[in-house]
Amino acid sequence: MLLWRIRTLNWNACLWQLSMDARVKPAHDEWNSAWARVDCAQIAASKPLTENRMPEAPTELSVSLWRGGVEGRYETYRVPRRDSQTVLDVVTYVQRHIDPTLSYRFACRVGMCGSCAMTVNGRPRWTCRTHVAKVAGSGRLEIGPLANLPVIKDLATDMAPFFEKWREAKGAFAPSRTRADAIPRIRPDSPARLAADAAVECINCGVCYAACDTVRWNAAYLGPAALNRAWTLINDERDAGNVARLQAVAATGGCHACHSHQSCQEHCPLSLNPTASIAGLKRRTALAYLKGELKP
Amino acid sequence: MTIARHIKHRGGTLWLAALVHRLSGLALAIFLPLHFLVLALALHRAAQLDAFLRWTDQPLVKLAEALLVFLLIVHLLGGVRVLVIENFDWRDGQKRLATLAATVSAIVAFIFLVRVF
Ligand code: HEM
Ligand code: SF4
Ligand code: SF4
Ligand code: FES
Repeated sequence: MLLWRIRTLNWNACLWQLSMDARVKPAHDEWNSAWARVDCAQIAASKPLTENRMPEAPTELSVSLWRGGVEGRYETYRVPRRDSQTVLDVVTYVQRHIDPTLSYRFACRVGMCGSCAMTVNGRPRWTCRTHVAKVAGSGRLEIGPLANLPVIKDLATDMAPFFEKWREAKGAFAPSRTRADAIPRIRPDSPARLAADAAVECINCGVCYAACDTVRWNAAYLGPAALNRAWTLINDERDAGNVARLQAVAATGGCHACHSHQSCQEHCPLSLNPTASIAGLKRRTALAYLKGELKP
Repeated sequence: MTIARHIKHRGGTLWLAALVHRLSGLALAIFLPLHFLVLALALHRAAQLDAFLRWTDQPLVKLAEALLVFLLIVHLLGGVRVLVIENFDWRDGQKRLATLAATVSAIVAFIFLVRVF
């Protein structure tokens, strides 16, 4: 777990990203242990609502949380409104002060691990970096599990299909050299490097996957995140797996199933643009097909 | 209660553009065969065609024609927008382009309406 956390940090923080191989998140069981009940320092530290806030700001939130599995119901809780409160703070408050059996998932609380995504007032969002002030002007919140994924319990979805598709899209780096070889030099301003840069910051939160109507309609569709990941690797000059990768993303359920609706890029919390990445895959696979490199 | 994850994130400009594209595509697919049928009348059954053309003089039919003009142009422009996304480098401002496409289609349909009345 710790190893994975450290990786996640590297993952987002530095340009070594492209050199990391196993980019697929750890197995589901290990992942579950991330349901740690970490003290929510943010809540403890945040001041209660002070007088100088706007007078009409509610001092209490009415929060409906999904309870149960596929069968269940929304239950409403009253949670004190705090300054700088995030949606994750609200969920954590319910678990720590009202009902410890509430299940949800988070790890980093700073927008890096991608584990805290939920449906907030009808939209998929990362909850740790969504301020209540932004989404609950009326003082009401309805929080459910992410759409397009099986529900495990309460606010936790089973991310296994999401990561499985990441694997199917050949989302793991395929090295072309060994550690004995010199590190290849890649010009930061080369077109391929720029294309990879634009797409590489994905934190695997699944928000785009939940927002995509094509994922909902087409069970075989790999989805925006996995295809976006494939695009970064296709632009990684050191990767040796592109023949298999192009084959994988051109297959049924691959990039050509995308309708360019752009819901993915509208909702991606990191403002990535999977639509553009997928369009790149469409062109690259079409070209490979014309050159006879791809079998139909 | 079974979970129905109410999706309220639909209804954005681009989502609506996709909806309009689908509905207009379907409407055109239904309309086109009828259109060819009418054109075929011109070849063999001139009297029937004349009767049909008189029928199309009704205001409601003209309104429906204007709607078809709108659907055709909005589908054409929307389709071109998608094809440009998929075949050329990315360009920002898609929402504005989608709104522009709908506006141009509405203006052309309106001009059509003014001219047929
Ligand atoms: C005038 C030029 C046209 C252009 C540039 C055009 C373009 C397109 C494009 C790019 C798509 C794919 C959209 C997607 O991926 O979701 C599409 C879908 C479609 N088109 Fe057209 N089209 C045109 C005319 C027509 C006509 C005349 C018809 C009627 C027969 C038609 C019926 C449809 C239908 C039924 C769909 C499927 C809609 C969907 O899946 O959402 N199109 N069109
Ligand atoms: S652009 Fe493609 S991947 Fe993104 S939401 Fe639309 S269909 Fe899904
Ligand atoms: S592309 Fe964006 S929304 Fe999708 S998983 Fe990655 S970070 Fe999340
Ligand atoms: S808890 Fe890590 S991204 Fe939100």
